[in-house]
Amino acid sequence: MATINFSINGTSHAIDTDPLRRLLDILREDLKLTGVKEGCGEGECGACSVLKDGVLVNSCMIPIGTCEGSEIITPEGLRETVQGKAIIDAYGESGAVQCGFCTPGMMMATEALLRKNPSPSEGEAREALSGNLCRCTGYDMIIDGVLKAAERGKGLW
Amino acid sequence: MNKKISTSIKRVDAGIKTGGAARYIGDIPFDGLLYGKIVRSSRARATIKSVSVPALPEGYYYIDAKDIPSGGRNRIEMIKDDWPVFADEQVRFIGETIGLLVGPDRKELNRLRDEVKVEYEDLTPVFSIEEAEALKGGPIHGEDNTYADYRLQKGDPDAAFAKAARVIEDTVRTGFQEHIYMEPQGVVARTEDDGKLGIFFSGQCPFYVRHAVSATMGVSEDQVRVQQAVTGGAFGGKEHYPDVISTPLAVAARKIGKPIGLFFDRVEDISFTPKRHPSVTHFKTALDEDGHILGMDIDVRIDAGAYESCSMVVLQRAIFSVNSVYNIPNVKIRGRAFATNNVPSDAYRGFGAPQGLFAMEAHMSHLARAINVDELKLKKQYLLKQGDVTITNGRIHEEVKLPEIIQRIDDMSGYSKKLKEHTPGLWKGIGISLFNHGSGFTGNGEQEIIKGVVKMRKRADGLVDLLVSNVEMGQGLQTTFRKIAAMVLELPVDSVIYNDPNTDLVPDSGPTCASRSIAVVGYLVQEAAKKLKDRWKESDIVEVRQQYEPPEGLVPWDQENLQGDAYPSYGWGANVIEVEVDPLTYEVTTKGIWAVHDVGVAIDEKVVEGQVDGGIIQALGYGSLEKLEVKEGRFQQKTMADYTIPTTMDFPKIKSALVDNPYEYGPFGAKGAGELVFDGAAAAFADAVQMAINGDVKQIPVTPEYIMEVREDGNN
Repeated sequence: MATINFSINGTSHAIDTDPLRRLLDILREDLKLTGVKEGCGEGECGACSVLKDGVLVNSCMIPIGTCEGSEIITPEGLRETVQGKAIIDAYGESGAVQCGFCTPGMMMATEALLRKNPSPSEGEAREALSGNLCRCTGYDMIIDGVLKAAERGKGLW
Repeated sequence: MNKKISTSIKRVDAGIKTGGAARYIGDIPFDGLLYGKIVRSSRARATIKSVSVPALPEGYYYIDAKDIPSGGRNRIEMIKDDWPVFADEQVRFIGETIGLLVGPDRKELNRLRDEVKVEYEDLTPVFSIEEAEALKGGPIHGEDNTYADYRLQKGDPDAAFAKAARVIEDTVRTGFQEHIYMEPQGVVARTEDDGKLGIFFSGQCPFYVRHAVSATMGVSEDQVRVQQAVTGGAFGGKEHYPDVISTPLAVAARKIGKPIGLFFDRVEDISFTPKRHPSVTHFKTALDEDGHILGMDIDVRIDAGAYESCSMVVLQRAIFSVNSVYNIPNVKIRGRAFATNNVPSDAYRGFGAPQGLFAMEAHMSHLARAINVDELKLKKQYLLKQGDVTITNGRIHEEVKLPEIIQRIDDMSGYSKKLKEHTPGLWKGIGISLFNHGSGFTGNGEQEIIKGVVKMRKRADGLVDLLVSNVEMGQGLQTTFRKIAAMVLELPVDSVIYNDPNTDLVPDSGPTCASRSIAVVGYLVQEAAKKLKDRWKESDIVEVRQQYEPPEGLVPWDQENLQGDAYPSYGWGANVIEVEVDPLTYEVTTKGIWAVHDVGVAIDEKVVEGQVDGGIIQALGYGSLEKLEVKEGRFQQKTMADYTIPTTMDFPKIKSALVDNPYEYGPFGAKGAGELVFDGAAAAFADAVQMAINGDVKQIPVTPEYIMEVREDGNN
């Protein structure tokens, strides 16, 4: 057991737990932040994507012990921001959402991309989302959503 | 095109899903939830001699067939009931449910599961269609290992073969495919305050689950309440399998008296849940001296796995699809679904049609290569037309717009022009496929088995409840059903309330499968809305009911002999794929994807386009990347790292279009779309590759290893 101090969506937390537990489980089970999904449990699908200190990570691959002092942003946090709202709107207009299980993770990957590159090309958007799998959409409309968010949200990132 | 209905609106569930607020089965809080862990067979075919369960800590339970209440049955009542809830003395596949461990801690459950010792007496297992046909180890099922053995005949094939100048034989194979719905299987069972058994699940068919659970528990169906949770993809994989896991869970929940959740992780899901049926199709085609097709003799065999579940219906759709969109004058077909000791095969988007269509499209392309004629020219000679006789001696009742579809896709893709530019064998190729897909249950299933009912209720507050059992699983039904009702009622879309179904609150409008939700149930929604509109002013609260009736003028269905109209209407389509093959590594790069479909009328263009995009990419995975091998009854790929589905980087943007062709008995003229859009891409891809490498491609997935085999064998 160890005490881990970190912030989630801007709120500080101190959690006493096994440092080897997955960030994914801390978020979903302890904090009931169920916008983070488990699709594969081995870092392949990206459904559990969060931002850790601004970097896109698969929370199923992150032991909570490595989060000491970190700032974590989950879909619940991002959706309240002006950038998150821009992505959500752009996804909706683009038809990017079907079953929705991958979509919160896609939103996180989109945010990570746009922070680094606010006006990506189609190819750059595809590359940035290549770690996030979707079985419903064939990806075209998700990529449209990323590009639309960048265009509509110009100046936000 | 009916612009008003087809004009896209923002999906009603887009915002809640993107932001992560939608609650899937694993996101719903249940007080005091325990977890289940299935104890599975490690043998493919064996007799169970004994099961020894370790001493269980307090609060842990082991549940098996002995816990099924009296009056219940150790059978999962699906279309067939041969699959037991808990293995019945014998196990027939690796992963079969033997018992269920229940307790509060999942790690502890895993430890306990590893300590359950099962003593087996091994029998000789069967892992392929060939071994099943040879009755290796004695039959698993019946006397000949076939769950179904069908024969169809149209015209006079024997006379056709007697006249033949040449007979060409061809064998085409398709592999397993795993659904990879992004959300793995999950179900929760508990006893409700009113004493009913409550089942919460991720899946397609709430009334299937209610039926199966009530039969296992020996209670009437109204003693089971099934609530669908937001479902993270299904593709057929959550059509029957939820019955397989909700039945043992119900037994446990009733005995233990606490809510229990059964959630698969990805490895468990890939390893033990059903897959698309592998197939082997053998063609003998009789040609005259000028290369005209006189007749065909086709043998279709599918690997149905260890239990039948729905395999005979999958086989029906496979053999009804194995002439693709062609009117071949004289045909005989035999179709067999074989029992093996592999994981049971079951529903997967297309339900047998992708196998049949791939086989025929591949065969037509091989014929064209063999007699050295242009493939599309050959295909065009045999296109089905309105009034033509189908393989089940039914009729094509609708106008077939294939000529328009072909012209359109040729204009969009430059197929004919590129065909002349590329030289076969020089590593660039372009391929085409044609296909159709019957909407709704096969044969008389809609009127004899399903008998779907829709209700609609005007509420005192002026809103309208749409009461149906069909589910949103990603395909957009929450949006399209509301649009149909709202447009008829001339109300805003958000005035129509359509919740995820609860079997206590909605009538049984049937399962969410078979491209029936829009084509069949959507029509009932439209007709119910018309009734409600007529009666709108009667009272504050008005409820209407609409039951399915078959369209008029069909050729009656004879289920015994599989004769008549197998489907009242079809969607139609064409795909073109352009590829380049690396001459050293044989890796294939897809350079272009084009698609034209006739889905009648789109209820929402964006929703249909989303189905087209997703269906094609899933089919390209089937045709190229998704190799799933079974060895000794175990899938060799069991993670998402080694079973690879397409990513954003694998395929270019799809260019697609729709051809308008309103269907009289569809809502606003709509037909089914969800499966049609899967049906053609694998064949177009294989066709493109065979041009690039100048060798017949006879199986999918078309991997670099397979391409190497074709190259090394010459024209195999």
